[in-house]
Amino acid sequence: MPFTVKDIMIKKDLCKGCGICIDVCPRNVLTGSDEINEYGLYYPMVSDLKRCIVCRLCELYCPDFAVEVHV
Amino acid sequence: MSGIITTEYIREKYLRRLPTAFCPGCGDGQILGALIRAIEQLNIPKNEIVTVSGIGCSAWIPSPYLRIDSLHTTHGRPIAFATGVKAANPKLKVIVVTGDGDAVGIGGNHLLHAARTNIGLTVIMVNNAVYAMTGGQVAPTTPHEAKTSTTPYGNPAFNLNVSEVVAAAGASYVARWTTWHINRLIESIKKAMNKKGFSFIEVISQCPTYGGRLLNMDHIEMLHYFRDNFRENADGMFRIGEFVDVEKPELTDELEKLIMKVKS
Repeated sequence: MPFTVKDIMIKKDLCKGCGICIDVCPRNVLTGSDEINEYGLYYPMVSDLKRCIVCRLCELYCPDFAVEVHV
Repeated sequence: MSGIITTEYIREKYLRRLPTAFCPGCGDGQILGALIRAIEQLNIPKNEIVTVSGIGCSAWIPSPYLRIDSLHTTHGRPIAFATGVKAANPKLKVIVVTGDGDAVGIGGNHLLHAARTNIGLTVIMVNNAVYAMTGGQVAPTTPHEAKTSTTPYGNPAFNLNVSEVVAAAGASYVARWTTWHINRLIESIKKAMNKKGFSFIEVISQCPTYGGRLLNMDHIEMLHYFRDNFRENADGMFRIGEFVDVEKPELTDELEKLIMKVKS
């Protein structure tokens, strides 16, 4: 499917910083960040957007509906 | 897969409020997402579905968050309440979301008899092997020698293999998955909801707070444990996949036939 990713958005107010999205990503697009959100948790950051293959595993495995992959 | 279901769409159409009350890394949120994606892919109108849950962490999956009619009932009795809903209106799709302490510990008898009578419910049992909401006490599904708050030196008893018990009790669809196998869980929920009779899906889930603290594992290590150990050709608790998939007469259909027979 000819999908190219435009943006991966992480909702800071929903993320609980569990890190499952970082673990399941097969291309290591997401990494942990040094910044904290309003709950004091380390939310993930997009490190290399060009590597994303739009498998949407991060959306599927996120327990808190915080990851959005825009194509 | 029919189309792509985005998180934005799910949040708008199916969720009442976020964030959820689950601990960071809890599998319950993943199961909520799987249930929503299965309902969306089947394209069932929301007013034809009723979700029923009991007491426990997993009972919070449908009750406050899912924008679908839900019953939040007493401890161990969601299957009894769901039987009433189904008998009153057999056209409804009744989904019971329950935990291991709820379905097997407190309400084990209801589970066995619902499977025996083959009433058309879909039961999703979240198995995290402890009573997580009340402080991590030992449950009927806790493995042998596992440490919990009430068995600090290891569980002396053995765990119940729930899927095999329900299969033996006569359910028409029984499957077991883990939170690592989300795509196959979605396909399984779709199949179970289309089944006429009693369908039962056991989902092995991670409990990062109580299960993980006593096992010295975090939720990602537990997910990797599920990935590496659960196989379709494995034995005992490590077996995943479909256990039973048969067609059998369903209870409300049989009741309808009986009513017609007595009337004529």
